[in-house]
Amino acid sequence: MDIIKSIEAEYLKKDIPEFRAGDTVRVDVKVVEGTRERIQAFEGVVIKVRGTGLSKTFTVRRVAYGVAVERCFPINSPRIDKITVLRRGRVRRAKLYYLRNLSGKAARIKDLRR
Amino acid sequence: MAKAILGTKIGMTQIFGEDGKAIPVTVIQAGPCVVTQVKNNETDGYNAVQVGYKEQKESRINKPLKGHFAKGQIKPVKFLREFRVENSADFKVGQEIKADIFNVGDKVDVTGISKGKGFAGPMKKHGFGRGPETHGSRYHRRTGSLGAVGPQRVFKGSKLPGRMGTDRITVQNLQVVKVDAERDIILVKGAVPGPNKALLTIKTSVKSK
Repeated sequence: MDIIKSIEAEYLKKDIPEFRAGDTVRVDVKVVEGTRERIQAFEGVVIKVRGTGLSKTFTVRRVAYGVAVERCFPINSPRIDKITVLRRGRVRRAKLYYLRNLSGKAARIKDLRR
Repeated sequence: MAKAILGTKIGMTQIFGEDGKAIPVTVIQAGPCVVTQVKNNETDGYNAVQVGYKEQKESRINKPLKGHFAKGQIKPVKFLREFRVENSADFKVGQEIKADIFNVGDKVDVTGISKGKGFAGPMKKHGFGRGPETHGSRYHRRTGSLGAVGPQRVFKGSKLPGRMGTDRITVQNLQVVKVDAERDIILVKGAVPGPNKALLTIKTSVKSK
């Protein structure tokens, strides 16, 4: 088991901010266009965080021009340049699949008070 | 030249490739192995090397094997396997074979004993279709017809329920993703047969020629 952990450790990122389902994040993704590489931002609500270690992934949902887009990212992927947490949301479950059936005002998430 | 080594399966994980894509890999402890016997055309009628893997306590070795190891002055090993080679004169008894014989990008065949599934039904073992679950059906996961009435017997080789797994399985054309020469570990893309800690033989792929 230790050997597998040591292999994974090479690929684990250390500068990942802490976030959970309900938070609004901006993910800066490296996109390769032909030979050039540029950074594209994807902003939305985290509706799911699953897995542990290297295979941990999270799904971001965003509604743009009336079309909902969900993108799933491996959290340790080298293609992710940066993750910024924009807002902390107050939610009562870990997987926010119910947001898929809501739209407009109903799909808002309250800010986390502290 | 065909390369071969013995190893044990450690487990599966994933790593990220250069393009950022996740690659599923199996981690294999490959070697260090030791050449225990060299067979050649004159004495044995064919060219081969016998390779040993994993050190073993002296007390667990029987007398005939003890003699075999003493002949080459080799430490006792747990597993002995033989590989056919084109020219066995390239090898010497006592020579060490390590994981660094493989390079990143090589294609290999991995052989192992698959996990035992016990007495399995025809659906699991042969991929038969199933009967209805409800509506008064009493025909759920059964074998079905065993053939025509005419021959008055069941043909040999019919796909029937029985022991499944624990077979010698070779997975061909797996890509070597990473080689750690220091710790004798190789990472191979995809799954290999058997449970963790099982003995595997890793050879240059027959299709890569």
